[in-house]
Amino acid sequence: MNLNLTLIAQGIAFAIFILISVKFVWPMFSRKIEERQKTIADGLAAGEQGRRDLEAAGKRAHEELARARERVGEIIGSAEKRDAQMLEEAKAAARAEAERILAAAKADIDQQIAHAKETLREQVASLAVSGAEKILRREVNPETHAELLGRLKREI
Amino acid sequence: MAAEHELTPGSYIGHHLAFREVRVAEGPFWVLNIDTVLTSVGLGIIGIGFLWWVVRGATSGVPNTRQALVEVLCDFVDRQAKDIFHGDRRFIAPTALTVGLWVLLMNSMDFLPIDIMGAIWEHGLGLERYREVPTADVNTTFALSLSVWLLMIYFSIAVKGLGGWIHELFCTPFGSNPLLWLPNLLFNLVEYVSKPLSHSLRLFGNMYAGEIIFLLLWMMAGAGVVGAIFAIPLAVIWALFHILIVLLQAYIFMMLTIVYISMAHESH
Repeated sequence: MNLNLTLIAQGIAFAIFILISVKFVWPMFSRKIEERQKTIADGLAAGEQGRRDLEAAGKRAHEELARARERVGEIIGSAEKRDAQMLEEAKAAARAEAERILAAAKADIDQQIAHAKETLREQVASLAVSGAEKILRREVNPETHAELLGRLKREI
Repeated sequence: MAAEHELTPGSYIGHHLAFREVRVAEGPFWVLNIDTVLTSVGLGIIGIGFLWWVVRGATSGVPNTRQALVEVLCDFVDRQAKDIFHGDRRFIAPTALTVGLWVLLMNSMDFLPIDIMGAIWEHGLGLERYREVPTADVNTTFALSLSVWLLMIYFSIAVKGLGGWIHELFCTPFGSNPLLWLPNLLFNLVEYVSKPLSHSLRLFGNMYAGEIIFLLLWMMAGAGVVGAIFAIPLAVIWALFHILIVLLQAYIFMMLTIVYISMAHESH
């Protein structure tokens, strides 16, 4: 239990160990720890940035969607309007066509009536002439009465 | 347990508590306890070398188990230092780590079964005596505590200046009245003497007493079968308790190192 040279030897050993710890071990240790802290901090910041980006993207998507919906409404509205317009146009066209056909038919009918009248007039004239011929066989000369018969034909 | 000696309690204990001494020069001081020095230096190289080896290969990415262990250890010491010492910890934390780890390893030598180790030393290596526990050598504990004491004085002067330190010796804690200079100085001297004494003797006393109790128990066991029946359970209990002492004393020694050095930084 005597104090002896061991004291000094142990003191020197202790000093050397402290020196190694202070000069080499600890600085390397704290450098690694600081690097890791930095890495973690960067990672956290990147994560936060990503979260914010995602949020912004979500908002933008929402806006786009709303705008698209609005646009769709517009398109549908204009299509409906156009549809109604086209229907109206078609109706008008149909009506015009119908009127035209009707007019043509009327004209046709008028023409046929006129034709029939003409034919009838001819036939009535010839009938009248033949009737009169039969009555006036002997004394009536068609040549002398032609002027009279023509006037009669026109009156019918 | 040399065969030629009669095995008496005194010779048994005396044998286990004797150092392997190497005389360097004449005089009672010039003796080297070679067992203490070799064991402690070896343990220091293992401990600090392990730290160095791990830290050198350390990554700032995901650490492996070995690195995580060292990081936990370093972080634990750093946190203790941070709680007590407010300032640049680039010196105090590694110093505390060195002290704590080294003392822990030296204390742990107490776990080695003393008679088996004795037999190995004696019959295996031909060494008649070899003390395994460096911290049960008062030289080791005093070397540590006096080194811390010197650091304490160094930092006192470095932080406050030589004048400031001398001023503090004379004017604290009672006041700067010239009448109080002497009481102040005496008070401070007592403090400066008591700090290294208590620091070293606490560790030494605990480890030495631990050894002695083991020796007493094994002596009882050596007395006969009945003695062994009593001694073995008691020794088991004491060994378990001793684990706590080993850890606790290393921790206390480390904490006191931090406290003393940080106190040197504070001016009153």
